[in-house]
Amino acid sequence: MSLIKITGLTRNFVNGADCVAALQQVDLAVAEGSFLGVMGPSGSGKSTLLSVLGGLCRPTAGRVEIDGIDLYGLAGERQADFRREFLGFIFQAHNLVPYLNALENAMLPLAVARLSAAEKRRRAVAVLERVGLQHRMLHLPQQLSGGEQERVAIARALVNEPPLLLADEPTGSLDSATSRQVMELLEELHREGQTIVMVTHNPENVPWFDRTVSLRDGRIVEDTGPVKTELSRVV
Amino acid sequence: MRLEHIALHNLRRRKGRAVFLLAGLMIGVATVVTLLSLSETLQQRAMHELENYGANIIITPQTDQLALNYGGVQLGGVNLIEQEIPQAQLAAIDDIPNRRNVAAIAPKVLGVASVAEQRVLLMGVDPKVEFGLKKWWSVEGHSLQESDDLVAGRVAAERLGLGVGDRVAVNGREFTVAGLLAETGSQDDQLLIVPLSTAQQVLGKPGMVSLIEIAALCHDCPVEDMVNQLSQALPGTEVQAVQQVVKTRMHALAQFEIFAWGVAATVIVIGALLVFVTMMGSIRERTREIGVFRAIGYRRSHVLRLVLLEAGAVSALAGVCGYLIGVGATLGALPLLVDGHAMWHWNPMLAVAAVASAVAVGLCAALQPALRASRLEPSEALRAL
Repeated sequence: MSLIKITGLTRNFVNGADCVAALQQVDLAVAEGSFLGVMGPSGSGKSTLLSVLGGLCRPTAGRVEIDGIDLYGLAGERQADFRREFLGFIFQAHNLVPYLNALENAMLPLAVARLSAAEKRRRAVAVLERVGLQHRMLHLPQQLSGGEQERVAIARALVNEPPLLLADEPTGSLDSATSRQVMELLEELHREGQTIVMVTHNPENVPWFDRTVSLRDGRIVEDTGPVKTELSRVV
Repeated sequence: MRLEHIALHNLRRRKGRAVFLLAGLMIGVATVVTLLSLSETLQQRAMHELENYGANIIITPQTDQLALNYGGVQLGGVNLIEQEIPQAQLAAIDDIPNRRNVAAIAPKVLGVASVAEQRVLLMGVDPKVEFGLKKWWSVEGHSLQESDDLVAGRVAAERLGLGVGDRVAVNGREFTVAGLLAETGSQDDQLLIVPLSTAQQVLGKPGMVSLIEIAALCHDCPVEDMVNQLSQALPGTEVQAVQQVVKTRMHALAQFEIFAWGVAATVIVIGALLVFVTMMGSIRERTREIGVFRAIGYRRSHVLRLVLLEAGAVSALAGVCGYLIGVGATLGALPLLVDGHAMWHWNPMLAVAAVASAVAVGLCAALQPALRASRLEPSEALRAL
């Protein structure tokens, strides 16, 4: 069953008299439990695709359905609620809140949830343990390494137990050893059934995906389909 | 963790900005509280003085004659009114509807007496009431305690060569000079003052008074009404309100109050602008952070609340601190503005109003920046995404 269904997706950016087509007539269906890699050179539209998938950027044309819900058909604040309940974001620059410690950053999406303080804490502690940061929970972001910050960002994305995880270049600013740790973590989540869509320009990440689509000039130029095997994962 | 937690953490992190905001609002609140407290305290003090010391209604025997003196200059021979008021009539004052507004009744009898072959104006008074009412009287020696005590006005004492402790015969009756009045610059300097009943005997006017001064509470009482009531209660008398003094003082205080409110309004506007500019700067600084909040599912209302919580917390603290500083400044300034003792009374309404208005100003001024923050599109805020 498709968790994501994109049809006829077009997104134009108008800058004065210029109109740039970031995405053009993109059709894509992503099955539940997939680990989809979106590849492409800079300016190919992959980040725009992720933004549209995350309900952050309204498409010029087309339709985005997640779990059968027309994302851009949601009225007003329901779209924010949808993001909170269905989506987990991992940003390229971590985007942790600098004055909150790792535990509080992980808890951030829960701050507006109707849960008891104890339950919020329990969940945040659980995800931080899940990403191996139980010993760094009370550290501020600036006291953490790049890899640890990325793992806090992953913990924050997971704390609401969202059906879909969206990751934008999560290894972009990390060294290869740390990148591998992050990819192993994502792979582990995938094995547990988590659907992940990850944007990357790094070909070394391809073996981790069970499906890869390549974008160029806003169009899908290659789609491997669900082809990943255990052998292809060996890096 | 709740939104309040995030708001407080952000304030702690941006201490400089928070302290600047706090200081700005605090100074504003302190200024307003100081001015309003001073205005209120000075008004209360003025009321207190009027109520306790200043006579503002004068009752004299009715006469058809016009006054033949002005500003102390006498024209013509008639200057002492022959008619008197029976002292027993004073009891009628207790029956007027506005009796509760009467703070003091000071009857006095006046007459010409002879001292060492000189004619002198003798005044009999109720010592306790009179010396309480004439706060400006400064007595060298002591005031009237015994029935044969006498207090002499400065000019009268010099003319008659009187000193404290001297014995003096007035109309043939012996008195002891208990005290001398310091110069007042008024007709009081010419007087010899003795207890009322003694003066009535010496002047041959038993049970009669020449003049009654009344101190009425003027803060909320209608003086004109009291004049009418007293006129009806005391037939054959003329009742006049000395409104000029009262109105001048009230006018001065009203002017000060207008000034205080004017400054308060200006300070509040400046405080609001300060909050507005600071919060706008803060929002610009936190664009990316707000983008993250929106991206992870915070509603516009959540972002709005977050910004208003910060402004509200700083404003409330500024209100409390500003109020305390304002009270301190009032207590410090009062001795400089007022001679003698002025009581500051804690006004809980001012305390509540100071904190509430600080929060209201802070929230109103932060509303536009908060709305701006809540309308940030996450995709615009997170350009990296």
